[in-house]
Amino acid sequence: MSEIKQVGGRAVVVRGHDIDTDRIVPARYLKEITFSRMGEYPFIDERYDADGNTVEHPFNEARFQGAELLVVNRNFGCGSSREHAPQALYRWGIRAIIGESFGPIFAGSSVLLGMPTVMASPEDVGRLMTLVESDPQVELTVDLDARKVRLPDGSDIDIDISEGHRNALTTGSWDSTALLLGNMDEVAQTSEKLPYTKNFEGPAPL
Amino acid sequence: MSERTLYDKVWDAHAVTTLPTGQTQLFIGLHLVHEVTTPQAFDMMRERGLSIAYPQRTFATADHIIPTDTQVRPFADDQAEAMMAALERNVRDFDIEFYGLGSDRQGIVHVIGPQLGLTQPGMTLACGDSHTSTHGAFGTLAFGIGTSQVRDVLATQTLSMDRLNVRRINVNGSLPLGVHAKDVILTIIRTLGVGGGKGFAYEYGGAVLDAMNMDERMTVCNMSIEGGALVGYVNPDGTTFDYLLGRPFAPKGEAFDRAMAYWRSMASDPDARYDDVVDIDGSAIEPTVTWGINPGQAVGVLESLPRPEELQDPKTVEKAYQHMGWEPGAPILGTPIDVAFIGSCTNSRLSDLVAAARVAKGRQVSSDVRALVVPGSVEVKKQAEAAGLDRVFTEAGFQWREAGCSMCLAMNPDKLNGREVCASSSNRNFIGRQGSPGGRTLLMSPAMVAAAALNGKVVDVREYN
Ligand code: SF4
Repeated sequence: MSEIKQVGGRAVVVRGHDIDTDRIVPARYLKEITFSRMGEYPFIDERYDADGNTVEHPFNEARFQGAELLVVNRNFGCGSSREHAPQALYRWGIRAIIGESFGPIFAGSSVLLGMPTVMASPEDVGRLMTLVESDPQVELTVDLDARKVRLPDGSDIDIDISEGHRNALTTGSWDSTALLLGNMDEVAQTSEKLPYTKNFEGPAPL
Repeated sequence: MSERTLYDKVWDAHAVTTLPTGQTQLFIGLHLVHEVTTPQAFDMMRERGLSIAYPQRTFATADHIIPTDTQVRPFADDQAEAMMAALERNVRDFDIEFYGLGSDRQGIVHVIGPQLGLTQPGMTLACGDSHTSTHGAFGTLAFGIGTSQVRDVLATQTLSMDRLNVRRINVNGSLPLGVHAKDVILTIIRTLGVGGGKGFAYEYGGAVLDAMNMDERMTVCNMSIEGGALVGYVNPDGTTFDYLLGRPFAPKGEAFDRAMAYWRSMASDPDARYDDVVDIDGSAIEPTVTWGINPGQAVGVLESLPRPEELQDPKTVEKAYQHMGWEPGAPILGTPIDVAFIGSCTNSRLSDLVAAARVAKGRQVSSDVRALVVPGSVEVKKQAEAAGLDRVFTEAGFQWREAGCSMCLAMNPDKLNGREVCASSSNRNFIGRQGSPGGRTLLMSPAMVAAAALNGKVVDVREYN
C-alpha cells in the first residue's frame, strides 16, 4: 500500500456548516450493492432539480472539474455512517479534504480509503476558499509530514489531523486490515480474558 | 484525560495492542450487521480471500430496505430485492446468525440487539450504522462504523481506534409531565450543538437518567451522533439488570449473578475524572420540536422560531429557513403537518407506542394527515398487539405496519412526497432524509407526533395530560 505524505492539486470549494452525508449521497443511492457508481452521485440532489436540469453547484462548474482537493467548513460529513459519502467524493476524484472539522465516522472511513481529512482554523479555511474561488487553477499541497497546506506563493497554513490517522497515511498502513490481522494471537488472548465471551460461565475473573 | 470512567475501563479491557500508527487495536464484543452498509464489505472479504474471525460474535438482521406494508418476496423494488438477496447469501457464505423476514427476532438492528439480550454492559459493540450509540444505554461502548471498518471487524473482530475524551452530561431534577426522553436529547443537542461532541464520548447521568427506563435511555443514547459524539452511554444499574434478566442471550442463573458483578465493576467510579462536565436542568425542559435541517435547530413548543442574527451560525440558519419556508419569529405551535410518523430506532419501542397510544386513544387523526405507526421489531409489534395498541391506533386512523426503518429514511416505499411536512419521531431532519428532496421533517417525541396527527398541526402535548 502506498505511503501518502503529500496530496497536491487543484481544489473545489463547497461552503456551509454541518453538511451531512444524506446531502452528499441521498439514501436512495445506498440501494446499490457496490460502490462502483458512487462517483456519479456526490451532492446529486443539489446538482440537479427534479427534472434532471443542472442547478448551480461547485461540483457542476467547469472550472472545478478535475479538482483533487475539497475545501469545506465545519462538521462536514456529519450524520449517517454511510461510507458511500467518502466513496462518492473519492471516486469523483477527491484525494484530500481540508475543513474546519468533520463528522467522526466520515473522517474514520475517509482514512481507510487513503483520503486524508485535515482541519484548519475557520480563518484559514475562509482564506483558502476565497483564494480557490477567485483562481480555480491554483495548486495547493497538503503536506502531512509538515502538517501544513502549502500555497503557490510560498506561504502555508497549519493543519491538524489525528496522530493515528496521520501515521496510518504516511506509513502506508491506512488500509488497516493487514495491520490488524498481524495480531490475531493477541486478539484471542484479549477475547479469552473477557468474561462475557464465555457467557460468564466459571468464576468471576475479578 | 478521563480516568476510572466506564469508557476508560471498557476501553482498557478491550485494548489488544497499540498499533504502529499509535492507534489502539480494540476488540469488539458484538458485531451487528444489516443489509445496507455491508454488501461491499463482504465483497472485499471475498476479494482478499479472508474468512470471518468470530462468526459467533456476529448477528444480522434486515431493516432499512424492507417494505412495512406487504413483505411478499420478491420485493416490488428490484434493487431492494437484490440487496436482500445479497445479505441472505452473505450470512450463508460466512456462517452468520440471521434474523430475516419471517423470523420472530427480526427488527431494526438497534431494537433487536437489546431486546435479545445481545447488548450487554461492559462490552464493546460495532455496527455499520451511525445510531449504534443506542446500545450505550446499557453501559456498552457502541461504535457506528463505515463499510471498510465493517470489513475489519468481520476479518479480525477488532478496529483501529483513537481514544476519545469523556464528557459527563448531568440532567438534574425531574422531567415535567408530558416531557419525554426525546425532549431531553433534543435539548442536549440544542444546547451543545450538532458538532459539540466532536472528539467526545458522552456519559449521560443525573437524576433524570437514573429515573428513566431502558427504552428512554436508548432514545437519549441513540441521538448522541446527532450531537457529534461517536459514543454515548449510561452507567449500568438495577434498571439495566432487571431489563436483561431472562432475555434470550443474557446469562442465566448463577452466571447472571457473576455477570452483574462484572457489569457493576465497569460503571464509572464515584471519583472518576472527566474531561468535561455539563449540567442541564431537567425540570426546565419543554416538549421540543425541530424547525430546521439539523437536529440542533430545535425550539420548545411554546417558543417562536429564532431570528438568524440571534444565533451563532446565521448561514446555516438561513439555509434552513430557505428549505423549510418558515418566517423567523413565527411560532412553531400551529405549524400545519401532512404526515405523522411514529417509529425508527429512536422511538419505536413498546413504551414509545404506549405514550403515543395514550394520546391517540378514542380520538381521530385529522382527515388531511397520513399517519403511520411502525413498531421497531416483530417482538415490539406482538407486545403492542397483545396490549391492544394496534386497535387504539387503527381506530384512531393510523396505519399499523410491520417492523422496519420505514419513513426514517428513503430506502423503502414509505416516503414523503413533494413539500410535505412530517411530524416524526425519528432522528434526522436533514434535507431529503425522508425521501423527497423538498420534504420537511419536524422531529419530536412520539406523544407529540400523535398529538400533531390528531390536530393536523403542531400542538402542545401537555394539553392531553
Ligand atoms: S430507524 Fe432510521 S436511523 Fe435507525 S437504523 Fe433505521 S434508518 Fe437508521
